[in-house]
Amino acid sequence: MFGWEFPPHISGGLGTACYGLTRGMSHIAGLDVTFVVPKMWGDEDQSTIRLLAAGNFPIRKKHVEMKGFLREMTFLEVHSRIVPYMSPEEYEKIDKETTAGTNVYFNTEQIGKLNFTGTYGPDLFQEIANYSLVAAVIADDISFDIIHAHDWLTYPAGIAAKAVSGKPLVIHVHATDFDRSGGSVNPGVFEIEKRGMEIADKIIAVSNLTRNTVIEKYGIDPDKVVTVYNAVEPLEVNLGTEYRKPVKEKIVTFLGRITLQKGPEYFIEAASKVLKKSPNVRFVMAGSGDMFPRMIKRAASLGITDKFHFTGFLKGQDVNKMFAISDLYVMPSVSEPFGISPLEAMQSNVPVIISHQSGVSEILRHAIKIDFWDIDAMADAIYGILHYDALSESFKKYGKTEVDNLKWENSALHVKKVYDTVLSQQ
Amino acid sequence: MKTICLYFQVHQPFRFRRYRFFDIGESHYYYDDFSNESIMRKVAGKCYLPANQAIFELIEKYGDRFKVTYSISGVALDQFELYAPEVLESFKRLAGTGQVEFLAETYSHSLVSLADTDEFKSQVAEHSSRIESLFGLKPEVFRNTELVYSDEIGAIVAEMGYKAMLTEGAKHILGWKSPNYLYYNAINPRLKVLLKNYKLSDDIAFRFSNQGWNEWPLTAEKYVGWLKNLDKKEEIVNLFMDYETFGEHQWAETGIFQFLKALPGLVLKNKEFSFSTPTEIAARLQPVAAIHVPFPISWADEERDLSAWLGNDMQNEAFNKLYSLREMVKKTNDDEILTDWRYLQVSDHFYYMSTKFFSDGEVHKYFNPYESPYDAFINYMNVLSDFTSRINDLVGNTELETAQLKKLIRERDEQVALLQEEVTRLKEKKKPVVGPVEGTNGENVGVHKGVKSIQDKSGGDLPVDERKSKKPGVSNKQAAGSASKKVAGKKTSGKSPAKSRKNG
Repeated sequence: MFGWEFPPHISGGLGTACYGLTRGMSHIAGLDVTFVVPKMWGDEDQSTIRLLAAGNFPIRKKHVEMKGFLREMTFLEVHSRIVPYMSPEEYEKIDKETTAGTNVYFNTEQIGKLNFTGTYGPDLFQEIANYSLVAAVIADDISFDIIHAHDWLTYPAGIAAKAVSGKPLVIHVHATDFDRSGGSVNPGVFEIEKRGMEIADKIIAVSNLTRNTVIEKYGIDPDKVVTVYNAVEPLEVNLGTEYRKPVKEKIVTFLGRITLQKGPEYFIEAASKVLKKSPNVRFVMAGSGDMFPRMIKRAASLGITDKFHFTGFLKGQDVNKMFAISDLYVMPSVSEPFGISPLEAMQSNVPVIISHQSGVSEILRHAIKIDFWDIDAMADAIYGILHYDALSESFKKYGKTEVDNLKWENSALHVKKVYDTVLSQQ
Repeated sequence: MKTICLYFQVHQPFRFRRYRFFDIGESHYYYDDFSNESIMRKVAGKCYLPANQAIFELIEKYGDRFKVTYSISGVALDQFELYAPEVLESFKRLAGTGQVEFLAETYSHSLVSLADTDEFKSQVAEHSSRIESLFGLKPEVFRNTELVYSDEIGAIVAEMGYKAMLTEGAKHILGWKSPNYLYYNAINPRLKVLLKNYKLSDDIAFRFSNQGWNEWPLTAEKYVGWLKNLDKKEEIVNLFMDYETFGEHQWAETGIFQFLKALPGLVLKNKEFSFSTPTEIAARLQPVAAIHVPFPISWADEERDLSAWLGNDMQNEAFNKLYSLREMVKKTNDDEILTDWRYLQVSDHFYYMSTKFFSDGEVHKYFNPYESPYDAFINYMNVLSDFTSRINDLVGNTELETAQLKKLIRERDEQVALLQEEVTRLKEKKKPVVGPVEGTNGENVGVHKGVKSIQDKSGGDLPVDERKSKKPGVSNKQAAGSASKKVAGKKTSGKSPAKSRKNG
């Protein structure tokens, strides 16, 4: 299995989902997972899987016959400008790189290991190329029956592994560039995605929403695409960490990257509407991203900053703490392939409002669903949940049960079925 | 001999529009005119008009051998008047045949019988007089919303003078007993109880067009065959269903109208069968036993209980909040408030909030204009909030709050008198203390807290009888002014501080 990140070093839902899925798979007898990430930090949970770091694999001793593929990667480097899914603080303009012809030069350490940063940075495209090279080495080195690649970053690795081993490839679409970019798709990324989808023997999409994107935007045969919903890890009970609310008012929370995809501006507009009618509420926007400055300006121009707070990027315990003091969680995503965070909120007994434009809305019943652009509906739902106690009580009662039944074991079983069909077709 | 009682329920709710919280206090119009009108027009064309025509033709054909019973909710009558007056006319034509009985129910198609006896009685009376004025027939038999029934509700209905009441032949109530006899209320035996034969009723109402049903297609011949197979001793077959079964729930294409038109003729071919209205049945047949229903039942879902309307926290909250307003609503005596009050009670609103539809599927979803029960609840509560504030505006200030104010003023008067007393006492005792005391006195008038603290200081020293001395006029007024400040706001708040300064 090829992934780009693994907890605790994550910048989004991808790492969490990979972790959950592999954990779920560990419950299935006769299924062993080797998970390859670009770089290991040493504190990853390896209790249930074998985790390999691409950076630890010496490549010098191997001869890799993949000229044509490498040429294509090189080509991509030239045109790449946007780096999706980058950790937002690191945002910086990426300079155009030029790599000439077919002679690709790889920086290696003395013993021939490629150096991977393991984060999303300006060298991302270079790293993707390196990663796929190592993938080919690994594919030649270890034995396995099936290749599973998570998201576009690892598709080239999956393709390389398939080319070397001849084993079937399953790609797992957690998001497409249409979700991330809000329409202005990066042609380089699109090309990698499309190629991955075409070469894959089977495609797993995290929701019907994403499945439709794969079919319609990438022109993939519907029979090849299967929806397997994500799930959520059971909440760890933290003894002795009871959080107390710092303020009397009810707290409404937005938690996620502050980017176009997540619809932060709709949250601000709705907040302003609610505050006009009932000042006894506080809104929190937790996260960071390229739209962060614009959001602060907008909140200021609406004159709501006394009740509207920004926390910056939250991680680990801080996320749990944020949920613990929230009375309502809002996810107004413009395009959300799945969206695990509302499930995490529900685990913490927080009612959720989610947009119809999210994959998770296909499976959640005990949530209020609105269109991301429908600010009136959003404001109304926020007001309703804050003011009518029976509503949040009902959400807590039914929501917790609902979310507790969304288990990674079930998703993993579903994935296993996909493997079985792929292997039987060979 | 067996007699068949055909009873049809006619009802359409007034659906609410999307009423956002910004509308609270801004707009007092709650209804979705477009969908109410278009749904009413649609159902009138597909069901009410063709079905009434079919029934009318059957009565012409079979004369007094064919009888039908209707209950039309007051809310539906209001909508007929607004959107489909020709339906009302066609019901009047049916009433004119003399073969049709109209039952009484709650005007609002409400669940008020579970909340408030007085309001229940008044809604039934309201409905009954409306039916009488429209159709010239005074209802003698009662059916409650959704056939909700319990021993106690039955007793109240008996008290109102009704001879009989209709309800569900729920399995858990009947046990081994058959619904095909007449029963009587367990508290007041004078009230006869007719029980729905849910198997035979639902064969038509729910299963008629279900192609997965092993009896599909259901023909009138087959159905009459089932009727003939019933136990020879049994006396009645109560076929109760929504009138919308004909043409709306079961589309005309399914053959439901052909079934309706063919059934009476085939039934009447057999000498052992006849058609009767509930009033005739109650007068003619002997009840066989009491029916014990300690907890309310209804005709809905598998459980035949109230869980579709009052099964979760949201529904209960909305229901309780609604009925807590009753006294206030009565006091307003305002026509618009009363109309909204009626329409707020329609049971459908609570049905929309049911979380059961997640598991109990199809039927709930079909009738529900909301995406989820949560949406339904939010919308309803927004409407109810606005409604509540309107009532408060009308009633609150004038009565309840004036009562509170009067009490407050009285208390202040006593305190002021007390202080006056002390002032005079101090003046007599010592000469130079006049200044400071008057100063505090002045502040008292304006500031609530001041009064209290002074009272605490001085109250203990005074003998009780001294408190009842005369109240000086000026202070009295000032006290009243400061008390009404709370409500009237700007009116007096400016004055008091000024005065206290003068006094000082």
